[in-house]
Amino acid sequence: MARHASVLELIGNTPVVDVSALSPKPNVTILAKLEGRNPAGSVKDRVALSLIEAAERDGVLVPGKPDQILIEPSSGNTGIALAMVCRLRGYLLKVVLPSNVSPERRQLLLAWGAEIIDSPGSEGSNGAVRLAQQLAGEHPEWTFLYQYANPANPWAHYTMTGPEILADVPEVTHFVAGLGTSGTLMGVGRYLKEHKPDVQIWAIEPPSGEMVDGLRSLEDGYIPPIFIDNDGTKLLDRKVVVRPKESIEWTRRMTEVGLFVGLSSGAIMAGAVKCANTIPDDQVATIVTIVCDDGWKYLSTGAWSDDIDEVVERAKKIIYF
Amino acid sequence: MTAVVRIPTVLRPAMGGNTVIPVRGTTIGEVLSELTMSYPAVKGQLLNDDGTLHRFLNVYVNDDDVRYLGGVGAPVVDDDEITLLPAVAGGAR
Repeated sequence: MARHASVLELIGNTPVVDVSALSPKPNVTILAKLEGRNPAGSVKDRVALSLIEAAERDGVLVPGKPDQILIEPSSGNTGIALAMVCRLRGYLLKVVLPSNVSPERRQLLLAWGAEIIDSPGSEGSNGAVRLAQQLAGEHPEWTFLYQYANPANPWAHYTMTGPEILADVPEVTHFVAGLGTSGTLMGVGRYLKEHKPDVQIWAIEPPSGEMVDGLRSLEDGYIPPIFIDNDGTKLLDRKVVVRPKESIEWTRRMTEVGLFVGLSSGAIMAGAVKCANTIPDDQVATIVTIVCDDGWKYLSTGAWSDDIDEVVERAKKIIYF
Repeated sequence: MTAVVRIPTVLRPAMGGNTVIPVRGTTIGEVLSELTMSYPAVKGQLLNDDGTLHRFLNVYVNDDDVRYLGGVGAPVVDDDEITLLPAVAGGAR
């Protein structure tokens, strides 16, 4: 347990901690799975390793072969996790990054040796996806893993995160996680439903469509192919929007249970509390929620120290989810 | 029942520039139909011909996605806040 041949062996098997002190109901236990404990600092380590290993199995990437270039759109954590894995495997990574992510994310990508290609901040993650698709089309020699559509993304959660949750929390009744690529929800959700069909799967999302002002029409909308491929609308039981202010409030409240978490994890905790509030008083429930990453990458937002209304305005201008 | 509908930036030009529109209706379907009667230009952007929700439109009643509450049949009561948002790539950390 204590000695490992590679940092990649440290991915997964993250701890679960009881945060029920924040539960609004005594009959509802809330447990948080701490994905910030992964070596590159987020839940996306699992996805990055899964994407790279699948590409190597398929012969798309060959370890040790020189000058292999990957391109990927990411608002941060996937890029950071991929950059770490690529560094170890000797691949070159270009990350298409919306220009309005927190500066820490940018710094971390550079630390791991990734190249950053800026996409317009006003177009949010949509813009990054579009630009990456365009560049991948222009450079067929580059490898485009495309986390939004790659089955290796939910597979990581179906084979690792889901089984870990059920092993550690066999009494789980609800799973609450954030909806980005939908990889976590599709993978864990499908695994849990197969083994405990009564488990409720809740998706939490920020009001992205409100913040992205680069849309020309509704036809510019985007649904991750993974969500469609896994019949996400059927798999999910509820989907709830959490506003920036609630996200910051719950990011702060997580410190009451000793957890210093990223803003998206604050949003997800706010969603877990909403979920708890729907459970009748005479029903015992156990909610498992995900802490995607720790707070370090968000210190520049002043989320823990500044006036909350100022922080909310700042948060609206950056991509934190 | 009168609910308040929050209009996203992308739909405002076709909806009189309004950010918030009060609409009567007892279900989401009724509320959206009412909106398309007042603003015919957005008809195809809110509802499909068969009356289901446009695939790139997310509709929330008090921040709860109506696709999981019965879709266009989801109930609406007085003072509900209905938010229309385009489906976009979330953060996708």
